[in-house]
Amino acid sequence: MNVDINGARIFFTIPILGGIPITATIVNALLVTVVVLGVCAFLTRGLQVRAVTKRQVVAEFLVETAQNFVNGNMGEKFAHYAPFVSALFVSSLLGSLLSLVTLFPPTGDVSTTLAWAIMVFVLITRTKIKTGGFGGYLKGFTQPIPVLTPFNILSELATPISMAFRHFGNIVSGTVITSLLYWSLSVGSTALIGLVGKNILVAAVVLALGVFLLIKYLQAKKAGSGKLIQCIGAIACLVLGGLGCLAQLDACFTTIPVLQVGIPAVFSVYFDLFSSAMQAFIFCMLTTLYIANAAEE
Amino acid sequence: MEMAKAIIMAGCAIGAGLALIAGIGPGIGEGNAVAKALEAIGRQPECKGDVTSTMLLGCAIAETTGIYGFVTGLLLIFVAPGIFIGRL
Repeated sequence: MNVDINGARIFFTIPILGGIPITATIVNALLVTVVVLGVCAFLTRGLQVRAVTKRQVVAEFLVETAQNFVNGNMGEKFAHYAPFVSALFVSSLLGSLLSLVTLFPPTGDVSTTLAWAIMVFVLITRTKIKTGGFGGYLKGFTQPIPVLTPFNILSELATPISMAFRHFGNIVSGTVITSLLYWSLSVGSTALIGLVGKNILVAAVVLALGVFLLIKYLQAKKAGSGKLIQCIGAIACLVLGGLGCLAQLDACFTTIPVLQVGIPAVFSVYFDLFSSAMQAFIFCMLTTLYIANAAEE
Repeated sequence: MEMAKAIIMAGCAIGAGLALIAGIGPGIGEGNAVAKALEAIGRQPECKGDVTSTMLLGCAIAETTGIYGFVTGLLLIFVAPGIFIGRL
């Protein structure tokens, strides 16, 4: 049994400029864009000053949240960055959440996050030049003493790289750990059913235990004190025993992945939901902080 | 030739393992950050929201070095053997 961890699949190659590969990243990123555009078009249809619809309330709430976030972190004079920051947030969040529907997440490809980070880097540099002039921007590298110039240049270049790799690494680590988990669960469930199904006696005992537990649970439930854990235990014993008995007939029943029911969902809450939302939030937070910081010097 | 390939694979695997030692730093750092945040919440429970969001941001930034180690490990396992074996 092998674990396969692959990058984005290449669908086809456009034969210009030495071949431009169209990968799953590009297709899924476009899918995210279409979804976001669709939702925006749906939410902003028929806006009114009076007689506000439910849809408009949702749209206003989203816009207000984005504006408050940008105003709170960057100040009023950067209010025009709100659309950019919210676009980054939504693309990042939806891009990472695509892994929930088993599509390749575009943020799991370093090209996507590096593109965003370079965009932010250009904005930071633009803000710096706008604030202090080009001379002031160049002079900023020799602060506080000229000897530190190489280090200043390095730390300037490290900003986009660290932003890109932080986002990419978090999403990919989730993908890698999830594939390792699925692999180990499938190995574990095969071993478990193989162990139970080795001997018809063992399988029969486990099956009988399951029936016994189920009867006990039903009795307890009638008395009003049935616990969920009893129910789960009974069903687990029943399934294991039943598959163990079936494995006597045909070896293919040992490959049924019983352990993969439910357990990956617990990990998915952290690696897919929490991690995606957190990274999207942090990317936007850092964008606003870096740009606001650039204007202060 | 087979020997050279084996040495390359072994070197990449050992390097990836060593690269993941980088996980120790963020672990200690994030633990410290959470401990301090808990202290702050204990002292001023009304600041819970602010402290939590700042702590999560700090944790994510502290995680960066660990992520560098992880990316290095991934490169060593999935990319480096191909490059080095191709050069033989």
